[in-house]
Amino acid sequence: MNGVHDMGGMHGFGPVKPEKDEPVFHEAWEGRVYAMQRATGLLGYWNIDMGRAAVEKLPPHIYLGVTYYEKWHRGLEARLLSFGLVSQDELETGHALHPAKPVKHKLTAAEVDAGLQRGSYYRKEQAPARFKPGDKVRTKNINPISHTRLPRYARDRVGTIEAIRGCHVYPDSVVLGKGEDPQWLYTVVFDGKELWGPDAAAGLKVSIEAFEPYLEPA
Amino acid sequence: MANEPHDHDHGHGHEPGHSHGHGHSHDHDHSGNSELTEQQTRVRALETILTEKGYIDPAAIDRIVQTFETKVGPHIGARIVARAWTDPAFKKRLLEDATKAINEDGTLGRVSDHLIAVENTPKQRHMIVCTLCSCYPWEVLGLPPVWYKSTAYRSRSVIDPRGVLKDFGVSPPADTEIRVWDSTAETRFIVIPVRPAGTESWDEEELAELVTRDSMIGTGEPLKANEVTR
Repeated sequence: MNGVHDMGGMHGFGPVKPEKDEPVFHEAWEGRVYAMQRATGLLGYWNIDMGRAAVEKLPPHIYLGVTYYEKWHRGLEARLLSFGLVSQDELETGHALHPAKPVKHKLTAAEVDAGLQRGSYYRKEQAPARFKPGDKVRTKNINPISHTRLPRYARDRVGTIEAIRGCHVYPDSVVLGKGEDPQWLYTVVFDGKELWGPDAAAGLKVSIEAFEPYLEPA
Repeated sequence: MANEPHDHDHGHGHEPGHSHGHGHSHDHDHSGNSELTEQQTRVRALETILTEKGYIDPAAIDRIVQTFETKVGPHIGARIVARAWTDPAFKKRLLEDATKAINEDGTLGRVSDHLIAVENTPKQRHMIVCTLCSCYPWEVLGLPPVWYKSTAYRSRSVIDPRGVLKDFGVSPPADTEIRVWDSTAETRFIVIPVRPAGTESWDEEELAELVTRDSMIGTGEPLKANEVTR
């Protein structure tokens, strides 16, 4: 989706402003939103890519206008509604009004204490890798209306395969409900001038992590 | 949750160019919960609904918050970097497969798949960004700071990394290559900064004190030897 979330190379957002002695959460509700997002991710209704897609679909003025955890909160509510896990009247009254739907897993405090870990995205390969380190590749010029992890600034650009990162869950497929469709993942490095033209700073290299369907031989 | 401090309700419609100038408003202390912001009310309502429906256990939610406030943070990454600085064989394994190297003996904690370590040298320095969202190596650095998730950082890092570095007070020599890693998949990155001069006799624990969060994202430098008390 060519949304405002895909902001690599955009101008006008001003300087980066690091905050001294920044707290982990600036307000208590932010921690609750973060934790609810983690816990509800285990209910079995969506994966991380569907979570990202929900945030990307927020209207641009909302995406740019609210804080990070407000976006998460809105994205989480949208997903809970779309899967029928909560309903609008429940959100309005602040209480459960309808029976719960079955869930795959309810996270316990003991599990959290045992250590939070990310899931693995490695999957069994479906075919041999098409590219090897050193190969020149051109990223495809794709503009799907659905979620993709190929940023706009790196479309239709020539780069070099630097590393093969294994076979991974393919986000573009998962968000369409078409399954994990595992694909080879590569680190593809581009010269700054290939991405930004002759005025790009000398000595700039940018890499993306690119799934094989994003690439063709150059 | 009943007696959480009354968080403020203004100045929070930020993102573009916002400065998170906190400390300005946490100190008004209204008593009771009568002045909850709409945002707080909505989040509480959501937690109540999810709890009543049996989808979440509030105790697990408490523990996740505590975990990120007290257990998981840049001190984990700092130990990894310090070991890489003191143990060349470990550094070699770390650069080959960071997840495997970190998990090999249990003394550095455990990380999940797909962590990649990249090493700064005088000729090349690395910077990590996620232009599409906020992917960050939270297992080794904790949750990302606001600036990492800001539109300013996400938009500018890939086109003007030296400008971004300047915002952090860092000016690499003109002939240093800047390599930016956009975290567009589930691989995650940690930068191994250059070991500060004058630390030849320091051990792993002492060195870890020098490793800043920003130096492992690539936007900062480690502390200098004379900046900590040994």
